[in-house]
Amino acid sequence: MAENNRAVLKLKEKFASSIIDVVEFRGEVTVTVKKDSIIDVLMFLKQSLQYNLLTDLTAVDYLGKKEDRFMMVYQLYSIPNKDCVRIKTPVSEVDCSIPTATQVWRTANWLERETYDLFGIIFEKHPDLRRILMTDDWVGHPLRKDYPLQGPDREPYKGRLS
Amino acid sequence: MGVDNPLGENIITTSLDKLVNWSRKSSIWPMTFGLACCAIEMMATGASHNDLDRFGIIFRASPRQSDCIIIAGTVTKKMLPVIKTVYEQMPEPKWVVAMGACACSGGIFDTYSVVQGIDEALPVDVYIPGCPPRPEALLFGLLKLQDKIWNDKNSFGSAIGLGTRIDGATA
Repeated sequence: MAENNRAVLKLKEKFASSIIDVVEFRGEVTVTVKKDSIIDVLMFLKQSLQYNLLTDLTAVDYLGKKEDRFMMVYQLYSIPNKDCVRIKTPVSEVDCSIPTATQVWRTANWLERETYDLFGIIFEKHPDLRRILMTDDWVGHPLRKDYPLQGPDREPYKGRLS
Repeated sequence: MGVDNPLGENIITTSLDKLVNWSRKSSIWPMTFGLACCAIEMMATGASHNDLDRFGIIFRASPRQSDCIIIAGTVTKKMLPVIKTVYEQMPEPKWVVAMGACACSGGIFDTYSVVQGIDEALPVDVYIPGCPPRPEALLFGLLKLQDKIWNDKNSFGSAIGLGTRIDGATA
């Protein structure tokens, strides 16, 4: 159960005021925290709870479905303890930025470049925030829900009979 | 008596077109350039079972030495400038084979990042459908390219500034 998860127990102890939500679904524990304390939480998870592998870092676009448009997702794994935890934090469209996690895990560098490239979330104090997948001169962020699937310069496909 | 024939039977008379086209079609050297799963089929076609070598088709690792480029796979917008550069580095005459659904039309990748057919950028000579096309299909496509080269008119003459070339497909 999520209540007995070692990460959840410690986080509730130390960051009680920052935790928005704790969910367990099919054995996967997800902790949603406030954006202000995200780096403190991640640093604590790495240094004190041995979550030493950042498996993935990405974002979700909840356009029109949630108050804060984006949700940052950090997938963590502890190699010594062999367990996972998922940390999420909401990012609003107005203030579309979040402190970089490169200071915690260096692998966050490219993952954050990808998230910047495809979602347009700015990572503050990132050492090298350039596009990584799309070309340097690309306009827009393709994984945003309001980005046209077939590109801005094409008439969208409306089905076979249109 | 009569006319001396010092070379015996070792003379053939033919037209320049036929000689040039025969040598070109019998030594198509494609650029080694794979983009996606079609490249695996292209490699299989080049390997011993299907054996492209028997048609004089030998993959070259340099665009400077090749006269054909097989666009084998999905062309992304990021890859397009690279393909254009490779194509421009190839000496004339040169041919382009669009292999597979992606190279012909973008295929299933009807998205912002994929070029919807390489013919948006390069002059394609042969389109090979399939996803990916079997080696037999690629072989058939290359034989069609040979037919096209064979039917070219005045391609040598136009290269040295005499008249214009008449494309094999329209001739």
